[in-house]
Amino acid sequence: MSNGRVAYLNARLIDPATGLDVMGALLTEDERIVDFGPHLFRGGAPSVGKSVDCKGLCLAPGLIDMRVQICEPGEEHKETIESAGRAALAGGVTAMVALPGTTPPIDDVSVLEFVARRAREKALAKVYCYGAITKNLEGREMTEFGLMLEAGAVAFADAGHCVADAVVLKRALEYGGVFGALLVQHPEEPTLARGGLATQGELAARLGLAGIPPQAEVIQIERDLRLLEMAGGRLHFSRVTTLDGLAAIRAAKRRGLKVTCDTAPHYFALNETAIGDYRTFAKVSPPLRGETDRQALIEGIKDGTVDAIASDHAPQDQDSKRLPFASAAFGVIGVETLLPLVLELVHNGHLSMTEALAKVTLRPAELLKLPGGRLKKGAPADLVLFDPDIPWVIQEDALLSKSKNSAFGGRPVQGKARMTVVDGRILFREGV
Amino acid sequence: MPACPLLSGLAMPQISEPLSPAAAKPRFAHRHLLGIEGLKAPEIATILDLADAYVAQNRQPQKKSDRLKGRTVMNLFFENSTRTQMSFELAAKRMSADVVNMSVSSSSIKKGETLIDTAMTLNAMHPDAIVIRHSESGAVKLLSEKVNAAVLNAGDGAHEHPTQALLDALTIRRRKGALAGLTVAICGDVAHSRVARSNILLLHVMGARVRVVAPPTLLPAAIDRFGVEVATDMRSGLQGVDIVMMLRLQLERMQGSFVPSIREYFHFFGLTRDKLSHAKPDALIMHPGPMNRGVEIDSELADDIDRSVIREQVEMGVAVRMACLDLLMEYREAAGE
Repeated sequence: MSNGRVAYLNARLIDPATGLDVMGALLTEDERIVDFGPHLFRGGAPSVGKSVDCKGLCLAPGLIDMRVQICEPGEEHKETIESAGRAALAGGVTAMVALPGTTPPIDDVSVLEFVARRAREKALAKVYCYGAITKNLEGREMTEFGLMLEAGAVAFADAGHCVADAVVLKRALEYGGVFGALLVQHPEEPTLARGGLATQGELAARLGLAGIPPQAEVIQIERDLRLLEMAGGRLHFSRVTTLDGLAAIRAAKRRGLKVTCDTAPHYFALNETAIGDYRTFAKVSPPLRGETDRQALIEGIKDGTVDAIASDHAPQDQDSKRLPFASAAFGVIGVETLLPLVLELVHNGHLSMTEALAKVTLRPAELLKLPGGRLKKGAPADLVLFDPDIPWVIQEDALLSKSKNSAFGGRPVQGKARMTVVDGRILFREGV
Repeated sequence: MPACPLLSGLAMPQISEPLSPAAAKPRFAHRHLLGIEGLKAPEIATILDLADAYVAQNRQPQKKSDRLKGRTVMNLFFENSTRTQMSFELAAKRMSADVVNMSVSSSSIKKGETLIDTAMTLNAMHPDAIVIRHSESGAVKLLSEKVNAAVLNAGDGAHEHPTQALLDALTIRRRKGALAGLTVAICGDVAHSRVARSNILLLHVMGARVRVVAPPTLLPAAIDRFGVEVATDMRSGLQGVDIVMMLRLQLERMQGSFVPSIREYFHFFGLTRDKLSHAKPDALIMHPGPMNRGVEIDSELADDIDRSVIREQVEMGVAVRMACLDLLMEYREAAGE
């Protein structure tokens, strides 16, 4: 694709890979970054190609949201590759990693190639795919890891399901190890979680909601770490939320196990009180936790136990959410609000700008072996220009996702994407 | 089948005449053949030498000898196997033994008799040799402790299948001259394979190097304690090998529990011309049969007469089993039984 040369001038360049945070300029040519730095174009704008005045705003690698339910194929009334793609671009997300819980699930090469083709046609935010760990997400028989990797799968996950059978997970780790595959586990012991709606405790008890003991997380994590130690391979826990779960992962990392994890903004930006009054828009899996766990999660994010932050974007239409709490679907949308919620960690003094951005750019790219996530000569020109400080209020209806089930409606936040660039093409621009 | 140049130059071992009671020491000092484990290189060489002679006999129009005349051989197959059972049956009949076959479908095992009771019952009929296959590891040894006959293990669970390893060794030795110094890749479902275990033991005793090639789900735990090289990639696994020994993958193991699917298994672990090109140019392909064409081996390759010795293995099977029966009877003769 030929986009020619585009110069981004007067930008605050931020690269989480090198810790770079400096005023300067960046030049893209076609789909690549060709140069950047404080001295570039000091003598004025280049004569060839376009130039963009960044007005001192932050220019960083585009966000990589490593957990997105795109709902296509199968639930296009909730979200499509196009609607998710537009929401992503508005949120500064240049690449989404699609979860395999579609209908049919992404458990073989043909569905994977369908999603890849649709994403190519729409040409919005990039779409990478997880393959399912087990056929039909049933937790019984492993899928064709090797063939799916050759077809472009970046990792394997049973969407939001836990691979409960120890033998299945052990063999998947062993077999996946042949290909260096990353397996993503939902760390929630399924029999303890069965039928549960909220974190077990006083609030759930008073609301009369079936509880899931928070220990369901650490119990699953500890078992799986033993399997990892036995079988080898690479294991990643998604949506880690509790103090005990984090402690187990922290200790395992110290022992040198190849384990990583992520969490989602609602687990560090909200606690269980968000479901008070039976607010189904805050019904998520695993459930929102108590304040002690929320604070422990922030500590885990700060000390690096939590490698990455993903929105865990899960579109649900009104019919799925405007229901009594027990009947309502799990999940919240988030691809468009990932950036301001991660920036809260900066504004609240928990992380530096480069540390915060690393969780949504560099680290997901490293975990999934993606080419983006850094400012580097020759790297794909996937960029976000954002205003880190501008205050605004999240309004569900203004979000571009087809479904509007944000848990953050009405929340004042700071920071917004102003321009989103994918492969050198400016696909979103607002206010600059 | 080309004439074997190796045989012509060698002194042909004599097919045995029955020993007179209390005669010379038997050449093979074991009452049973339960496994390769415990056999020494000269003992294995003795079996192979004698089997070579039987190969020649089997190629004559007149194939029959009186070597086991008057002896009774029972084939006791608790697990179905047409090929192995027929090979043993033919071996015994070529030496004029009386042969009876019992397979599980017609046995009293179905009526609830215990394994040991079955053994005792059969023992009362005075067989001289019992060939046993059983799906459980160790079952053949258990039976051998309860009978007076010589017991030949025709495969017990995932433990041993000694005559298969011996016929593989004979096939290799006739083609390559010797086993020592060769590198043999054993590829596929090593975890569930008695063929692999017996072959690893035999090849090590005879001075060959063994490399196993399989996804880790099809390798036994502690494979690093077997003294073999381990590869999980066919191309590196076949690098420079003299022999490529493919194993059969059972259907129920290739649909998600151990490997995801047939097509993925074939793509990454099936033997194809491209993968074979990493082996030595004169590397031979072996398979214990029955083959799953298009699963563990490319169909065309299985039929390639320059590379595949799969049919030859079947021929060697009869000769090796004749040699084993011969030597075990020699032992009984020496003991006056």
